[in-house]
This record gives sequence, C-alpha cells and structure tokens, in this order.
Amino acid sequence: MKLRLATVWLAGCSGCHMSFLDLDEWLIELAEQVDVVFSPVASDIKGFPENVDVCLVEGGVANGDNLELILQVRARTRLLVSFGDCAITANVPGMRNRLDGAEPVLRRGYLELADGSGQLPHAPGLVPDLLERVLPLHEVVPVDLYLPGCPPSAARIRAFLEPLLRGERPVMEGAAMIRFG
Amino acid sequence: MSVRTLTIDGRDVAMATGATLLAAAREVGVSIPTLCHLEGLSPVAACRLCLVEIEGSGKLQPACLTPVAEGMVVHTDTPRLQDYRRTLIEMLFTEGNHVCAVCVANGHCELQDRAVEVGMDHSRLPYRHPDRPVDLTHHLFGLDHNRCILCTRCVRVCDEVEGAHVWDVGWRGEHCRIIAGLNQPWGAVDACTDCGKCVQVCPTGALFDKADTTGEKHADPARLWTLVRARARGQQTP
Repeated sequence: MKLRLATVWLAGCSGCHMSFLDLDEWLIELAEQVDVVFSPVASDIKGFPENVDVCLVEGGVANGDNLELILQVRARTRLLVSFGDCAITANVPGMRNRLDGAEPVLRRGYLELADGSGQLPHAPGLVPDLLERVLPLHEVVPVDLYLPGCPPSAARIRAFLEPLLRGERPVMEGAAMIRFG
Repeated sequence: MSVRTLTIDGRDVAMATGATLLAAAREVGVSIPTLCHLEGLSPVAACRLCLVEIEGSGKLQPACLTPVAEGMVVHTDTPRLQDYRRTLIEMLFTEGNHVCAVCVANGHCELQDRAVEVGMDHSRLPYRHPDRPVDLTHHLFGLDHNRCILCTRCVRVCDEVEGAHVWDVGWRGEHCRIIAGLNQPWGAVDACTDCGKCVQVCPTGALFDKADTTGEKHADPARLWTLVRARARGQQTP
C-alpha cells in the first residue's frame, strides 16, 4: 500500500513548500510512490484526512487556526515532521514574540505604523485570532522528525524523503541535513 | 623545557609544561569544539563547550584553560560531554534571538557550525525571545545584541590586540550584555579606532559591517593569529 503523505502550511512564508516544488522531475517519481492526501501545493482536499503516514508541517503555531489544525494533524498522523526553521524555531514569525503578546503586535502593525486610517482587524470566524506567542511545533504537540533549513533545499528534502519511502528513518546529521538558515 | 606526558582519548601526547589541554588535543588530532576560544587571545572558558573529563577528578575542566599535567588521563567525547555540549548550544540559541534566515552571518556562523557538530536539529529547551536592542550609532559597524553569545572575543581583541579597550561586559544573568565605553552608544566612544577587529573575530552576526546584508558577513577570525604572530616576531627583532 502506498504511503499516505500530507503537507501543511502554518505560520511560514511558503518557502518550504516552494523548495518542495523545486524537487522538479523527482516529484513525478514521488507521486508514483505516495498518495498525496492533503497539501496546499499538491491536493485540493480541504479537510485534513484520517490515517496519514507522514505529514510535513511548514511554519510555527501563530493563530487559532494553526492551533486547531496542528492538533488535528497530530491526532491523525503517524510521523509528524517539523518542516523548516519556522516549524522548528518559530524563526521570522517568532520575531514578534519580543513585543510580548498579540495585542501589542496588532497595535504596532495596524495602528502605530499605519498612515492615519489604521484600524485593528476584527472579523470573528473569518480572521483567526493571533496567539499571544508564536510557538515551534514541538512546544505544542509531540514531533517525530525535524527537517531544518530556511528553506530546506530540495536536495535535503529528497534525502529526507527517500529513506522514509523505504521504511527507514532518515539520518539527520551533518551540515547537508541539519544546518539552520 | 620540561615536558609533561598524558593521554587524551587513548592517545599518548607529550607537551611542554604550561601548554593547555586544548593545544595538546589539537597536537594529536583530537578535535574539541570551542566558541569563545581564539588563537591570539587569552582564554577565558566563557562558553564551556570545551569541557573535558579528567580521570580522578569529579569536576569537568575547560580544555582551553587547563594546563597539562603528568599522567593525566583525559576524555573529550564521552556521551555525557556530548549531551552537555548539545544542551549548551541549545541554551545559546534559545537565550537570545538567533534568526539565521535574516542574519548577516548566515552560512558563515560559528554558532551554526557548532549546532551541526553537536547534532542539534531542534532545541529541547523553550525559546525565550527576549527584547534586546541594536546599536547602530557607529558610522561603520553595528552591534545586534539579539545575536550576541557573550563569548567576549570582542572585549579581548580590543583590549589585548588593538589596545583601545572599548568593550566591556555589563550586568549579570539574563541582563548581561556587551557594553561600549561606560555603557555609551558605540558611536559616542572616542576610544574606538574604527579598526573593525571586534567585527572580524565575532563568531556570529552580533558585530557586523553596516554594508553587509543577509548572509554577506564573511569574517575570518583565524587571521587574528597571523597578526598576533607577526607582531611577536617584530618585537623579537631589534
């Protein structure tokens, strides 16, 4: 049976997913070996499915939607992978944590730096509320594997996925596999 | 010159009295990770990465500062030391704000290098995200306290090599940081000669040339040793 693969995009710039697309023609080989069951770049399914084998999660946990989705991902996934520096360290989205809370961040972004017509976003049910702090995935849910990089290069992503396809655990060591940045 | 013989990771080594364990280890090709240590500057054992086990001693000792002794049996890479070193690197990453993706030193950073060496693919400690300032008052250089690991290379190079003593360490604990002059803006300190040695020896992107943007700082701290050696030779020749 084919591996059920998902990719998820939380608080990140989508660069990790762009790097995933940089796998180019190897994506065709990958597509033959896995079922992509959920992904912002490779699937149209809107709800996160059950019984996922491997899920690459880009981005940290920054808002209510991120939180809800990562809990669902964790509950339905065998191997949860922190995909890229934002998922692992909170990285650039986490730079707002120094302002110490969601309210000061919104005030800074929407009022203090606005040109005079600024207003705080308020659309309950449409625009998710910011969490007080952006958190790396493993500070919210247990994470099984870490794939660092900003973004991880296509070569690194491939070297990570190939052992998984053979049912092995990738060896995460050395600059080629774990260097941040 | 009297010689001391000892064993490092099972290898016999003979060193002159007064040599450090770090020098002895390098003599026999044993690599001990370091961050604050730099050839040409006095050792201070600030980063604790080079801690080693010495048989018969319950205390771990910093290799950069511990002199060789006769009959010492030293272990530099035990599972306990490996775990401590990874924890130390995680503490450095989580204590400040090290956002590699937007750092001048990305790709040429000794902290990044050490993280790879100790096998850090994530931090087991929570990130603090402290609020730290950036000093851009100097006309050529900047100091980003977010990226500073308090190795004090800048303090030492300015004092011991340049002789200007612009830098010091102020406060303690989580408030501890590098200060210019008497805790003044860097640009207001007349003692600074604009030589840039502090920028060159900084292991991270904390001290940087303002002309450099993301990933453009290519410092070469090892060059300091060339300068210090050349000066020492100059002083020997009348």
